Amino acid sequence: MIASANGKPRGVRLFYSRRHYAEPVAGSPALEIEHLYVNRPNQNILALEDVSVRLPVGARLALVGPNGAGKSTLLKSIAGLLPIRSGRLLIYGLPVGACHHRVAYLPQRGEIDWRFPISLRRLVMTGRYVHLGWLRRPSAEDWQIVDRTIARLGLSALAERQIGQLSGGQQQRALLARALAQEADLILLDEPTSAVDAETQAIISALIGELSRDGKTLVVATHNLERLESDFDNVLYLREGRQVTPPLNASSDAAWQAL
Amino acid sequence: MTFLNDLIEPFIRFQFMRNSLMAVVLVGTLCATIGVYVVLRRMAFIGDALAHTVLPGIVFAYFNGLSLFFGAVVAGLLTAFGIGWLSRRETLREDTAIGIMFTFMFALGILLMSTARSFRDFTHILFGNVLGVTPGDLNLIGGVAIIVLGTLILLHKEFELTSFDPTHAEVIGLRADRLRYALLILLALTVVTAIQAVGVVLTSAMLITPAATASLLTNRLPRMMLIAIGVAILAGVIGLYASYSYNVASGAAIVLACTSLFGLAWLGRTLKAWLSSRLA
Repeated sequence: MIASANGKPRGVRLFYSRRHYAEPVAGSPALEIEHLYVNRPNQNILALEDVSVRLPVGARLALVGPNGAGKSTLLKSIAGLLPIRSGRLLIYGLPVGACHHRVAYLPQRGEIDWRFPISLRRLVMTGRYVHLGWLRRPSAEDWQIVDRTIARLGLSALAERQIGQLSGGQQQRALLARALAQEADLILLDEPTSAVDAETQAIISALIGELSRDGKTLVVATHNLERLESDFDNVLYLREGRQVTPPLNASSDAAWQAL
Repeated sequence: MTFLNDLIEPFIRFQFMRNSLMAVVLVGTLCATIGVYVVLRRMAFIGDALAHTVLPGIVFAYFNGLSLFFGAVVAGLLTAFGIGWLSRRETLREDTAIGIMFTFMFALGILLMSTARSFRDFTHILFGNVLGVTPGDLNLIGGVAIIVLGTLILLHKEFELTSFDPTHAEVIGLRADRLRYALLILLALTVVTAIQAVGVVLTSAMLITPAATASLLTNRLPRMMLIAIGVAILAGVIGLYASYSYNVASGAAIVLACTSLFGLAWLGRTLKAWLSSRLA
């Protein structure tokens, strides 16, 4: 066992953030957003206006909307990467940044330097760092978790490969493996199925279902409108930073284009 | 055996050759290790800039009778913080920030220097002489090497993560910008120390070329550092030996040896790619 009953690892650890392992507020939803306003990075222009959403534990929320609608901004605000201008954003009843280990974020592929000399296995291990903190090296158990996650995403044969020598779909699965290795409760995925092969799409779709059954809460920005009803139980439509009413036939591209 | 004797003879016979060898090994190890980050994080320009921005610190210390090394360290740290501050949150691109700090500090140094009667004292410090390294210099380099290498080892996983994926670092509460400052400080310490011993050109070369050579030969970070150290030390020994045998400038000989090793690695890589394309 890597963790004691309350999820906090044993032994003396120097966490990256001092407000680590705060206990969730009893009975609170996984994610609660009320009248959220967020600026674009380093600008005084609103990227999100008056967004409200409430997600019970285990829910699967799809974020849908054209490019630039604010899907990534919303995910980044939840991940604590962008400051909130006004409104409320609570994760398990706690403010952003109070429980880093509980939130995993899968960025768009372009945000990583894929030429960096690191293996896939080591990349996935960075998902465990939040539990290690300063000065602590990964334990045998951390490596077991990493290898299990890599196997779950069908990447075992590529574990020692340098990350730049993976295909786009394999890179996406590696990032997903890292998000899973973190063993977070709220998982944020930014367009996990954009521009990937069919095999990766199928694996990721199946995984979203599995994670939800494991009690994980998911927020997924997606362009894949055909799978909305089967993969998700909530949809948040965004357009120019505002929440909009879903079109009658949300799963049809034409209806979406007309919005 | 006579070949081996010829090879080690200068180092047995002369204390200054032993000191230079020690300096080259220490500076090479130090520069090559941090140089891997400099190359991977595309900070080559910073290393070069730091080597020049220490000038006002040295001149100021000289006028006020302070330790020149201390003056250089302060100037180096000021530059590191200035660059980090100007380019925080991408207000300015980092290379632009470096360009501004680089020219500002260098001009300030020249201005201060122009009030002095003689330039000669300063040229020695800027251009250094590896054959004139004193035991005191060696102690200083050794101390800095322990601090810099120790920090790089202790914070290895954090430096590694923030180098290729600062976003994930921020998500897990690890401040990528603070680690960047830490790296800039380590780099400033390294450059200042190395300049004192071996001069500006040799410092820049030791920082970039061994790391670049290693990056052609492996795609694992720790291995890349070890290869870079090996390349730097080998180049140092070859250069010192050439300088002794053929009576040429030692610093320049070391730089050229370093570049030759890079050339060999480049050739090897090209040949390997050519062979594998032929066989495929």
